[in-house]
Amino acid sequence: MPTIKLSFRNIKKSIKDYAIYFFTLILGVAIFYVFNSIESQTVLLDVSKSTYEIIDMMTNMLSAASVFVAFILGFLIIYASRFLMKRRNKEFGIYMLLGMSKRKISMVLFFETILIGIISLVVGLGIGVILSQLMSMLVANMFEADMRKYEFIFSMDSCVKTFIYFGIMYVIVMFFNVINVGKCKLIDLIQTSKKSETVKMKNPLLCTIIFIVSSMVLGYAYYMVTGGIDATIKTPEDILKPILLGAISTFFIFWSLSGLILKIVMSMKNVYVKGLNTFTLRQVSSKINTTVFSMTVISLMLFVTICVLSSALSLKNSMTANLNELAPADIQLSISIKDDKWLNQGYSVKQIENSKLGVRKTLEAFDFHLDDYLKDYIEYNSYRMEDLTFGDSLGDSLEYIKNNSTSMIPYNMPEEIMTISDYNKVAKFYGNEEYTLNEDEYIIIADYDSMVSIRNVALKNNQKLTIFGYTLKPKYKECQNGFTEMSSNHINSGIIIVPDEVVRGQNTSFNSIIGNYYTTSLDEQREIQQQIRNLSNNPQASEYSMPSINSRVDISEASIGLGGLVTFLGLYLGIVFLIASVAILALKELTENTDNKERYKMLRKLGVDEKMINQSLFRQIAIFFMFPLLIAIIHSIFGITFCSYIISTFGNKQLLNSIIMTAIFIIVIYGGYFLITYVCSKNIIKER
Amino acid sequence: MSVILKIDKVEKYYGSKSSLTKALDNLSFEIDKGEFVAIMGASGSGKTTLLNCISTIDKVTSGHIFVGGEDITKLRGNDLNKFRREKLGFIFQDFNLLDTLTAYENISLALSIQNKTAKEIENTVNDVATKLGIKEVLNKYPYQMSGGQKQRVASARAIITEPQIVLADEPTGALDSKSSKMLLESFAHLNENFDTTILMVTHDSFCASYASRVIFIKDGKVFNEIIKGNSSRKEFFDKIIDVVTLLGGEEDANY
Repeated sequence: MPTIKLSFRNIKKSIKDYAIYFFTLILGVAIFYVFNSIESQTVLLDVSKSTYEIIDMMTNMLSAASVFVAFILGFLIIYASRFLMKRRNKEFGIYMLLGMSKRKISMVLFFETILIGIISLVVGLGIGVILSQLMSMLVANMFEADMRKYEFIFSMDSCVKTFIYFGIMYVIVMFFNVINVGKCKLIDLIQTSKKSETVKMKNPLLCTIIFIVSSMVLGYAYYMVTGGIDATIKTPEDILKPILLGAISTFFIFWSLSGLILKIVMSMKNVYVKGLNTFTLRQVSSKINTTVFSMTVISLMLFVTICVLSSALSLKNSMTANLNELAPADIQLSISIKDDKWLNQGYSVKQIENSKLGVRKTLEAFDFHLDDYLKDYIEYNSYRMEDLTFGDSLGDSLEYIKNNSTSMIPYNMPEEIMTISDYNKVAKFYGNEEYTLNEDEYIIIADYDSMVSIRNVALKNNQKLTIFGYTLKPKYKECQNGFTEMSSNHINSGIIIVPDEVVRGQNTSFNSIIGNYYTTSLDEQREIQQQIRNLSNNPQASEYSMPSINSRVDISEASIGLGGLVTFLGLYLGIVFLIASVAILALKELTENTDNKERYKMLRKLGVDEKMINQSLFRQIAIFFMFPLLIAIIHSIFGITFCSYIISTFGNKQLLNSIIMTAIFIIVIYGGYFLITYVCSKNIIKER
Repeated sequence: MSVILKIDKVEKYYGSKSSLTKALDNLSFEIDKGEFVAIMGASGSGKTTLLNCISTIDKVTSGHIFVGGEDITKLRGNDLNKFRREKLGFIFQDFNLLDTLTAYENISLALSIQNKTAKEIENTVNDVATKLGIKEVLNKYPYQMSGGQKQRVASARAIITEPQIVLADEPTGALDSKSSKMLLESFAHLNENFDTTILMVTHDSFCASYASRVIFIKDGKVFNEIIKGNSSRKEFFDKIIDVVTLLGGEEDANY
């Protein structure tokens, strides 16, 4: 059938124009397959049941993210195909002039899309299957599991899913193409190439003013998320303000810079008229001038990519790094001890009475003896005063802090109080620092950075506290580092340590036991935990307060799982965002160069040698690619600072590592696209 | 007068052994400094091939081409570009100005690719622009200029490097008769006032009548040659028409 033949020939002919499009489609398919096939890769891993649950959650999240990714890729594909279509208007015009019906042209396009679709799906899936083998190693490493044995994995589910999602995208593309052809008027099609370019020089004064104003607005947005974060961001919705300001000012910076840079270089006469500089600069400035909006979008997308990638990676790193420090014991069992006030909340007298038994006695009531399982353990109590809240302990500084901090702080949370001897027991067991106290002093132990900085304000003001009738003054001007409850992160928002006699005769609020098992086998440890949990099924259990369990195995599984989840999600979204933005840049650059072929021909006739032309081309592409990236990087410096403030658990070293990782990703993908664009452009402008 | 261009037994073959086309067949002629020469011939006579060989865009099969005493068929690689940059000027059919550049930049580009200093460039451009009367349009973009102004800018670009010879390939091909006339007058102006040597390829007798000498090419060989001498343009035009008719005239005699 001649229509198919024509489609075939068209693709072959315009393969240079299509190269980036093809490359992007294939990459998109491959990535889509890889991230959706993670589930089948984990089947082979030797991991515990609870890790499986986390993996299950992760694959569900990735699945959900895939819908979002499909939207982005779909948008990209439609954009790219419309872009390529526009370039072929003249070709369609000639078909129509030769008497081909619109229906027939639509058919040609229809077959073209099907062909491109099939080729990209097959090649993309092939690459995806190969890449997913590498991915399984990453997955195994992430979940700290050995692969039982290497097996070639092919995920049918993921394959089918990829086919369906991309199939839908291609159908939409076809739909758009047909509409586009239907709308065409012959006269427009033939005349599109005749439009001559008009150069609009922007008013340099206006440019300067707009540049200065938008820089200042951007600077303010930066200030809002870093230095002035406490004053400006009081509710979660407030974060929209700097984002909006940043986006708008980015647009105007691109708008004004494209005019300004040219003006500045023009004034440096010696540089401007050197070699092909005049030509190069004019080309770049006209390119940026006509693409201010896409430049802004691309720059912002790159910004999101950098933040997502580096934050996700450092979150994962800090989680694993914190584990040994923050979960130094095997198990922690706690019971909250209830008093008569709990009667109103549906607790029985018996239950309240039994809660006072503490962890060890409660377990013994069920014939579970801790000594049989734990090699060593300690017991400690903590207290709570109804009328001493977090806000109270800030005392005179409360008003000042309220005015200068976000409103997300729980000022009404009752403070936790511990004796110095109990705390030292815990600290010794964990290997943390021990303290001494005079009878009129207190210490605050905390490791949650944002709370620490708030508490330090009060401590610096020498805030006196009245606890159970004793008036105490702070021993240190700042919080001391430490914790009592094991967790995967620095989340201890503060424990007040007081001399032993302060709490004498008071009711305790919590009773806890921290211990290490005899056994080192993780499976046996899980077994023991399960036994304790099963005690709750005992019919008598309703008369007791059963202890809650906090163990290293649980924390490590949760943090590894969460780390894996965050990493994969970050990688997935980050890579897709990166590809989407750089593909648009590459397409724009390539089509520009096709349009500018004549100019290079003319330069050659003037005697410009290939080296100079290639150099000019390289510079044009480099500036065009680097401009949005540079702005994105500047944004990211502040964006990442903000992210690390919010999550507040990143160590500096982790952050540096993940920034290096992010940079590698960007260099590989961005650089790859850059090189392909350069090579293709060189081919395009080459004389046949 | 010194010889600027010497074509010496140049041959150019196209195609494979089975179907060989002789585009240029043992062609020889000379052009002196300050001459304005038109090369005429029907489509396929080899005139564009000849121009491409002179401008080193194409290579000769055998024979030699000397420009200012230098054998350009011996040039390779970067020397070719250097030759084109320094010894040749081009005027194209539709001016071929870069539409993103101002008139000044279009002209100065020819100098800046020779790595002249900014000061030198500025002086030279202003000098030539004054002589060609385009000083006031130097800061305008091509789309802001009239056809005549564009022509003069293109001429300025062609002669700014003081080339040995300016080449023009079918310069009036896409122009209406009024614009053609303006372009040809500007050629004559360059030739008279700047002593520029011009070699123009055309199939249009009216166009050729502005030259001081016309060389006719047929089947890759020189067929005839006529010199304007002291005759008027009208007389010269009539002479050209005669030869064209002799050639198997496809020319219109409307002028």
